Amino acid sequence: MTYNLNGFFSRIRHSIIRGPVYPQTEQECKRIITDSLILHFRPRTVPEPALKFSLTWGLGGMALVLVMLLALTGILLKFVYVPLPGKAYESILVLQNEVWFGQLIRNIHHWCANLLVIVVFLHMLRVFFTGAFHSPRRFNWIIGLFLLFFVLISNFTGYLLPWDQLAFWAITICTGMVEYIPGVGTWLQKMLRSGPEIGPAALLMFYTFHTAILPVCLLICMAFHFWRVRKAGGVIIPASLDDQSDTKPGYVPTIPNLVLRELTVALVLVAFILVFSILFDAPLESPANPGMSPNPAKAPWYFMGIQELLMHFHPVFAVLIIPVLVTGTLILLPYLTYQSNRRTGGVWFFSRKGRRMGIVAAITALVITPPAIITDEYFMNFTASIPGLPTLISNGFFPAAIILAGITGFHRLIKRKYNASTNETIQTLFILLLVSFIILTVTGIWFRGPGMALTWPWNPELSSS
Amino acid sequence: MSSNLKKIKDTAEPGRRSFLSKLWLGLGLVVFAESIGVVFAFLRPRKPRTSEGGFGSIITAGPVGDFEPNSVTAIVRGHFYLACLEDGGFLALSRKCTHLGCTVPWDSKNNQFTCPCHASVFDIKGNVISPPAPRALDIYPVTIENEIIKVDTRKPIRRSEFRPEQVMYAKRI
Repeated sequence: MTYNLNGFFSRIRHSIIRGPVYPQTEQECKRIITDSLILHFRPRTVPEPALKFSLTWGLGGMALVLVMLLALTGILLKFVYVPLPGKAYESILVLQNEVWFGQLIRNIHHWCANLLVIVVFLHMLRVFFTGAFHSPRRFNWIIGLFLLFFVLISNFTGYLLPWDQLAFWAITICTGMVEYIPGVGTWLQKMLRSGPEIGPAALLMFYTFHTAILPVCLLICMAFHFWRVRKAGGVIIPASLDDQSDTKPGYVPTIPNLVLRELTVALVLVAFILVFSILFDAPLESPANPGMSPNPAKAPWYFMGIQELLMHFHPVFAVLIIPVLVTGTLILLPYLTYQSNRRTGGVWFFSRKGRRMGIVAAITALVITPPAIITDEYFMNFTASIPGLPTLISNGFFPAAIILAGITGFHRLIKRKYNASTNETIQTLFILLLVSFIILTVTGIWFRGPGMALTWPWNPELSSS
Repeated sequence: MSSNLKKIKDTAEPGRRSFLSKLWLGLGLVVFAESIGVVFAFLRPRKPRTSEGGFGSIITAGPVGDFEPNSVTAIVRGHFYLACLEDGGFLALSRKCTHLGCTVPWDSKNNQFTCPCHASVFDIKGNVISPPAPRALDIYPVTIENEIIKVDTRKPIRRSEFRPEQVMYAKRI
């Protein structure tokens, strides 16, 4: 009888865990390792140089941890949140004041979402600057761009849900930008807002996108992204410095070498998020009032670069032509012709020359962009100085042409001065535009006050509004 | 003989087979296109429900005599401003900035609308004084019956700038 019962339980156990639970022999140890679920996702062994932290900064793993935290906290929030204009704000108040740990869960969700944008962006920069977007990783760069897009749209749709003044007007402005797309703008805006103005239908649609459609899109793209990393042979590793020796790097078992490192990064990140969320509450302003725009009304911070472009260019250029050009360039980046026959993947900034050129580009952008913003703000009025032309030409085409001419001139100059390869030149131009974009974003976030006039971040007017 | 027959069969069958598989593929694409169409039709914005006397219906703003010349009155329930021009003519101006859709408040001190979002400025007729707004404020049709002003807020009228024929006057007796 006892024997039979033992057999019954062991049958159940073996149906769940295939190998022995407590390995006795070395053979059994190996079997457990090769059978384990972790090794379904990870290779059995990894090249030792791939473990180096400064190669990837663990940014991809961090993004994954943040997405998991977002999913967990997001599901909890769904138990309390009500996607109706009259009730949404109230349910946030209930969440914060009556639900145990409600404020903390909301804070974690909020800060994870914001950090995810930064981490994903830095991850993209890491991949670019270590040259990890060439074959066989070309298409994975594209999948990565899709992931960036989905992360931004997830953030954007989530922004409206608290239904406070901040949310309502940020989404009004951003959907207002859509109207300037020639041809389909008005129709697209109506679709996005589910009507002429942001109301109950828009909130419900944003909620559905945020909590159902976009998470699924993210999940599918993530699985694809990770699979392609595996197929490319893992993360990019710098070729051995002397070109002659073609020695293969030493391999070490994934468990524990890689898994422990990943766990450490994940735990430090979770701890950081937790402390940050305890110290800083997610913002919540007064309930949305469609009759009164706050001053200043700003887009979410990650779209502030585009809002800053709107201050200087005709909307068709600011919200359509420039973003489309930039996105198109990012998509084409891995498919351009690069002349290097040297194996340079995994080396930060390509070469010493690439690094030097990058510094020159960064300094150029830092020196030129702020004065350009100030000049256009106070001293230059394209519409008034070129009368008789439509603003699309005078305040769109002309400034864009000037900037394009500047970039072309810079390109010529740097190419001649450094006798650089395509890889180095493209990287230099990328840095020039990247730093300019960051300056535009920073200007929009901290240097724009009431009426969107330029101001200092420590100006008391800004904090009182 | 039999090998000859087989040959004919071999050449005949792939044609039929590829035709049939193309047909299935085509049917699949039709199903796909139909589903996309259904989804888009399903998600099409519905007409917002409007209550009588609220935004989206015909709104009674009040008798002509209630409005001073050269004044602007916010009709909150109708989402518009009723501007009474210097000559006593009326204009119903949408409160939505034509730049990105913020609500523009009336600044009676400077006699202008100033958008808080991107600092566009409009005058009492809705004309752009200062960009980035690309065109004048939208207007709603105004009718005056028996000295009572009514505004049709069902559909705003887009315009590039102010023109005299947009103004509605009460009939002088």
